[in-house]
Amino acid sequence: MDVLANLGHGFIVALEPLNLFWCFAGVFLGTVVGVMPGLGPAATIAMLLPLTFKMPPTSALIMLAGIYYGAKYGGSTTAILLNVPGESASVVTCLDGYQMARKGRAGAALGIAAIASFIAGTVGVVALMLVAPPLAKFGLAFSSPEYFALMVLGLAMVVLLAGESLVKALLAMLVGLWIAGMGIDLFSDASRFTFGNSEMLDGVDFVIVAIGVFALSEVFANMEQREEGTMLPVPKGLRNLLPTMAELKACRFAFLNGSVVGFIIGVLPGAGSTIASFISYGLEKAVSKHPEKFGTGVPEGVAAPEGANNSETGGALVPLLTLGIPGSGTTAILLAAFVLWGLKPGPLMIQDNPELFWGLVASMYVGNVMLLVLNLPLIPLFAQILKLPSYLLYPIILGISLVGVYTVSSSLFDCYMLAAFGLLGYLMRRLDYPSAPLILGLVLGDAMERALRQSLMMSQGDLGILVSRPISATMLVLAVLLLIMPLFRKFNSWRVRAIEENG
Amino acid sequence: MAQKSWFLKGDVVSGAVLAALGVYIISEARQWNYVGPEGPGPGFFPMWYGIAMVVLSLWLVVVSAVRPAVAGAKVDWKGVGRAMLVWAVFALCTALLKLLGLLTVLALLTLFIVGVMYGKSLKIACAAAAGNALGFYLVFSLALNVGLPVGPLGF
Repeated sequence: MDVLANLGHGFIVALEPLNLFWCFAGVFLGTVVGVMPGLGPAATIAMLLPLTFKMPPTSALIMLAGIYYGAKYGGSTTAILLNVPGESASVVTCLDGYQMARKGRAGAALGIAAIASFIAGTVGVVALMLVAPPLAKFGLAFSSPEYFALMVLGLAMVVLLAGESLVKALLAMLVGLWIAGMGIDLFSDASRFTFGNSEMLDGVDFVIVAIGVFALSEVFANMEQREEGTMLPVPKGLRNLLPTMAELKACRFAFLNGSVVGFIIGVLPGAGSTIASFISYGLEKAVSKHPEKFGTGVPEGVAAPEGANNSETGGALVPLLTLGIPGSGTTAILLAAFVLWGLKPGPLMIQDNPELFWGLVASMYVGNVMLLVLNLPLIPLFAQILKLPSYLLYPIILGISLVGVYTVSSSLFDCYMLAAFGLLGYLMRRLDYPSAPLILGLVLGDAMERALRQSLMMSQGDLGILVSRPISATMLVLAVLLLIMPLFRKFNSWRVRAIEENG
Repeated sequence: MAQKSWFLKGDVVSGAVLAALGVYIISEARQWNYVGPEGPGPGFFPMWYGIAMVVLSLWLVVVSAVRPAVAGAKVDWKGVGRAMLVWAVFALCTALLKLLGLLTVLALLTLFIVGVMYGKSLKIACAAAAGNALGFYLVFSLALNVGLPVGPLGF
C-alpha cells in the first residue's frame, strides 16, 4: 500500500503543468535524437545539462530521463525505414524491421516497435518501482566471472543469428572481436591493431561499423541494378499502416520477453541495451515455432528487441538510483547531474528524496503514454519516406550516414572508416556472411576481454573461478547448450533420414 | 580450368583472407605480453581468437574447395562493378570532405548517383543535388545546430 500511496504522490508531482511540459520536451527531444544516427542520448543530455542548473531538480531529471527513454523509441524509425540504426540498440531491429518495410509492412513494424516500447517501457517502470532495492543487490552479486559468463552467453547467441553457415557466422563474430580489440589496452597501455595511426588509439566506435555494415552495404547492393529499383510498397490508409491483430497476437510473448530480459539486463551495470536487445531476439527465435523465418520480416523480431531496449531503461535506473552506480554512459551523465544538483543517489535516495524518486517514476508512466501518442500518428508521415524514388533516397541515406558518423566525435577519420566498413559490409553480403554476428562480437568483445582478464587476475590465473560460482557456471552451461544445439539438430535430422531410408 | 573455378569460389578466397588475418592477429599478439605478473596480458585474448579464426577459416577453405560447385550460381560481375564504382565515389567523397565541406560533397555525390548511376537528365540531377544539400543544411546545420565539416567557402 505504501507503494501505491507513494506513486499517487509521484503522480501529483509529475502532473504539475511545468513538469508535464518538461516531460514532453524530454521525450520529444529524445525521439528526435533517437532518429538521428550517431547523436545519442548521452551526448544530448551532456549538452543540455548546463541548461538545467537553474531548473528544479525534479523537473530537470524528468526532462533528462525523457530524453533517455525517448531516444530508445526514436532509434527504431530509421532502422525500420532505411536500415540505418538510429542508435546502437536498434541494430537488432534492422534485421526484421527493414525486411518488414521491404514487404510493405513498414507502418506495422513502426507500430509494433512503438507498442513494444510502450509495454516494455511501462513494465520497466513498474519493475523499477517494485523491485528496485532487492534487484540492486542481485546486480551487486555480479562480479567479473559472472560478467564474463554473461558475455559468453551473449556471444553464444551467434548460433541463433547465423544464416546458412555457422562457420561463417563464427568467423564474422571473430572479426567483430578483433575490431573491438583495436586501440589502447586499458590494462597495459599497449596499443593494439592501430596500424601506427594515432586516430585509432581510441578504438573503433560501434556506430561507424553498424552504419557501414547495415546502411551503406544496403545502398551499394541496391546499386547493382541500373534500373531504378521498385519503391518499397507503402499501403494506403491508416488502418493498413498499423499492425494487424494477428501481428500483435504473434508478438504477445515477444512483448513479455523483451520487457523481462531488458529489465534484468538493465539492472546489471555495464551490460547495456544492445546486449539486452540481442539476447531477447535470440531468446524469441529460440522458442519460436518458425525460427527459420527470423530475418525475413517477422513482427516478433521487431517486438522483442524494441521491448528489451526500452525496458532496459527502467532497469538501468535501478543501480543508479539505489546504489549510485551508473551502468552506462548515459546513466553516468545522469549521475553527474545528480551530484551537480547536490543529490546523492544511493540506498537512502528513495527515503531522503521521495518526491524526486516517485515523481520521476510517475513521469515515466506519463512519458511512455506521450511517446505512444506522439509516435503512432507519425507513422503514416514517416512511412512516406519510402515513397521517395530510390535515386533520391540513396543519396539521403549516404548523407545521413556521414552526418551520423561525423557527429560521434567530429572526426573526418571516422568518415574514412565508414567507407571502409561500408565496403566490408557489401563484401560480407555478397559472400553470404551474416552481419549481425560481427556486430555481436564488436559489442561484447571489449567487455568480455575485460571481464575475463579481471576474473583471472582475481583468481591468480585459475580458470576454475569461471565455473566455481553458481551464477557464472549456470550461464556458461546455457551458453554451451546453445552452441551445441545445432549439432543435436543435425544429428536428429540425420537419424530421422536414416530411419526413413531403412524403413 | 577446373582448378581455377574452385579457387575462384568466394568461400575459398574469403576463407584464405580470413586465415591470413588470423595469422596476422597471432603474429601481433605474440609481440604483447601473454601473461604478466598481474594476470593475462594484452596478447592473451587476441591470441585465442586469432587461433580460432585460423582454424575456422581453414575449415571453410577445405570444405568449400572439396564441395562441388553449385550449378547456376553465377556472379553478376557487371552489377558488382556498379556497386564498387559507387563505393569508390563515396570513398573519394569522404576524402574530399576536408577540402570541400559536407554540403558540397553531398551535392556532388547526389549528382553522380542521380545523373550517372540512374541516367537521369542533368536538370533533374542538379535539382536533386541542390535540394539534398539544402535539406541537410536546413535540418542539421540550422534546425539541430549540428557541426558539419565545412570547406573553405564556409559550407
